[in-house]
Amino acid sequence: MKDRLIDIKNLVKHFDISGGLLEQLAVSKGRIIRKQTVVRAVNDVSLFVNPGETLSVVGESGCGKSTLARTLLGLYQPDGGEIYYRGDRIDGLTQKEMLPYRAKMQMIFQDPYASLNPRMTVQQTLEEPVVFHNPSISGSEVKDRVAGVMQQVGVDPAWTDRYPHEFSGGQRQRISIARALMVDPEFVVADEPVSALDVSVQAQILNLLMDAQEQRGLTYLFITHDLSVVRHISSRVAVMYLGRVCELAPTTNLFESPGHPYTRALLSAIPDLYDRRHKYIKLKGEVPTPIDLPSGCVFHGRCPYADGRCSREIPALNHQGKAVYVACHAVEEGRI
Amino acid sequence: MGHLLEVKDLEVKFALRMGDLTAINGVSFTLDRGERLGLVGESGAGKSVTGFAIINLISKPGYISGGTVIFDGRDLTGLTGEGMRHIRGNLISMIFQDPMMTLNPVLTIGTQMVETLQAHMNISRKAAEKIALEKLRMVQIPSPEKRLQQYPHEFSGGMRQRIVVAIALLADPALIIADEPTTALDVTIQAEIMELLLELCESEGTGLILITHDLAVVSQVTQKIAVMYAGKVVEAGLTEDIIDNPLHPYTQGLIKALPDGRNPGTRLNQIPGVMPSLIDIPPGCSFHPRCTIRGDICRYESPVLREIPGYRNMAACHMLGLKKEPTEKDRAE
Ligand SMILES: Nc1ncnc2c1ncn2[C@@H]1O[C@H](COP(=O)(O)OP(=O)(O)OP(=O)(O)O)[C@@H](O)[C@H]1O
Ligand SMILES: Nc1ncnc2c1ncn2[C@@H]1O[C@H](COP(=O)(O)OP(=O)(O)OP(=O)(O)O)[C@@H](O)[C@H]1O
Ligand code: SF4
Ligand SMILES: [Mg+2]
Ligand SMILES: [Mg+2]
Repeated sequence: MKDRLIDIKNLVKHFDISGGLLEQLAVSKGRIIRKQTVVRAVNDVSLFVNPGETLSVVGESGCGKSTLARTLLGLYQPDGGEIYYRGDRIDGLTQKEMLPYRAKMQMIFQDPYASLNPRMTVQQTLEEPVVFHNPSISGSEVKDRVAGVMQQVGVDPAWTDRYPHEFSGGQRQRISIARALMVDPEFVVADEPVSALDVSVQAQILNLLMDAQEQRGLTYLFITHDLSVVRHISSRVAVMYLGRVCELAPTTNLFESPGHPYTRALLSAIPDLYDRRHKYIKLKGEVPTPIDLPSGCVFHGRCPYADGRCSREIPALNHQGKAVYVACHAVEEGRI
Repeated sequence: MGHLLEVKDLEVKFALRMGDLTAINGVSFTLDRGERLGLVGESGAGKSVTGFAIINLISKPGYISGGTVIFDGRDLTGLTGEGMRHIRGNLISMIFQDPMMTLNPVLTIGTQMVETLQAHMNISRKAAEKIALEKLRMVQIPSPEKRLQQYPHEFSGGMRQRIVVAIALLADPALIIADEPTTALDVTIQAEIMELLLELCESEGTGLILITHDLAVVSQVTQKIAVMYAGKVVEAGLTEDIIDNPLHPYTQGLIKALPDGRNPGTRLNQIPGVMPSLIDIPPGCSFHPRCTIRGDICRYESPVLREIPGYRNMAACHMLGLKKEPTEKDRAE
């Protein structure tokens, strides 16, 4: 599928958190055994991103959104699966082989304070990636590029000699967006970029991201747990639950007729300013941990439609027509 | 009978090295028995400080520098020691964003609940346990007898917050102040906790002050809203009036800035600039540098919260309720 910008196939990322060998040893029934603890953060995720679109990844805390994004960008080595960028396989590349893709793929984080170097001025922060990816560029060209991007994203030229701590959260997020745009990327992963901001400032940053997309033809992978933001900015949405994609659909389809039982519950729980005291779908039980994943469908313990098959067999992400994909036996069987 | 709570011209200052910082500056509102009020506004607006000031829990270098908090006919601002402890243990409970502000990690839930009860009431352990069980059932904790023996870390975040609600209910308080109780939780769990709080307040006739930056959450739970900006209440009224018919330019901007699902992909209505730092509050109306309808008077005179002719909301804005909304140009002439 050459026309896809990103294609992820059966991606797996696990974290071994057992600690050192000594910490892993335990005594069970009189025998010494080795106990390993593995966090199954991302399990068999397949997704694609079309050029120019905004694909949002949503889901509750700990469901694997950030891990998915970081593995996609090569910040973590996957434990299985394949990642393609414009048809080129990019998982398992060496640092050097990855370099040309690094410039094309940039990331923006929730906490701009942690992602900006506190000892670099705004000017230095913005110059650094340009020089890194274009070692032969002249000093005056760098200055021009910095000035151009600063103007586009509303970074005041008066800020250039100041340090990150002198700015508000919204201003810092503006600076980190400018930094991501410095190397002229095609694909930007934004991991909760507005979650730490107040509503009035959140609107400024979302507008900035939408403008930059329009002017530069950017493609976004947008991670957030705020479903009203998702509805506003995305073309498609991937809903994750416990390391798996349970639904992938165009935004309108998802919000107007959610398929997966988890998506239905999630959407019903969003408080709506104009629908006071509306009814929501109550889920039973607690969210299991990715250390002890349930058998079968990861959602079966909380699902109102679960049956025997659901607790045995993992549902595949099936095409439901109109670019909608759902991983649910009940949907596949036409029970709901 | 008067109001359950009447906060009047409440002012809290923090004595910092560079001078006094006025965290809240003349906050006023009332709450009747069993009524639910939402206190909303952006980070640093003074919501939490207001909550703490009501129960006289402002610690140094902070102090209440003016105003009164009349609770059930008594001014709490002058109360100290035993008197205030009695109020906090029996009449007003507080719930925080982080359940671990309330829970002790090294004690079982049962011990904490029993000790809390015994600190304020003269009852046996057995009787206290019975009340604890009843409250855990009210917040829908499954198998509460077993849960009493467990430690906070054995519960999920959502369960911990439900236990905190149970603890807040122990003494059947007349008022609960909940400060961002669901901000750290996922939406599905947030919806459950909010419904629980709402139902308990309704069935027990408990008053609620719900502090949050999330207008949509408040709209599901409260009958009244007070909107804070830079240490002041800038608009107050019934929930439906505030949301459907906001008057203050800040409230209007705040509501319009929310993506509401109606016009996906379009530019959002942004309020230019940021809320001023309290060290550096502009003279006049503190919103004027960001305001689109400001007039000259806004630059030097601070507006008071007042009734606006023709509307039910109270608002602190010079430009509202004028016969004709004058423009900058009119005034220049
Ligand atoms: N470096 C790591 N080492 C060990 N476990 C990790 C690591 N990073 C993430 N995890 C675990 O993997 C799971 C998925 O985490 P991840 O950060 O991807 O979730 P998320 O969906 O981004 O959540 P949030 O909305 O809270 O940011 C969690 O259980 C988390 O604790
Ligand atoms: N202990 C303190 N010392 C100095 N200033 C303080 C202290 N506590 C609060 N403040 C200041 O008082 C102001 C109001 O703070 P408050 O915590 O009430 O805001 P808030 O509306 O609850 O914000 P948030 O949504 O971030 O919780 C802030 O400017 C804050 O910096
Ligand atoms: S597969 Fe079964 S358990 Fe999973 S969501 Fe569908 S009905 Fe529920
Ligand atoms: Mg994350
Ligand atoms: Mg607060």
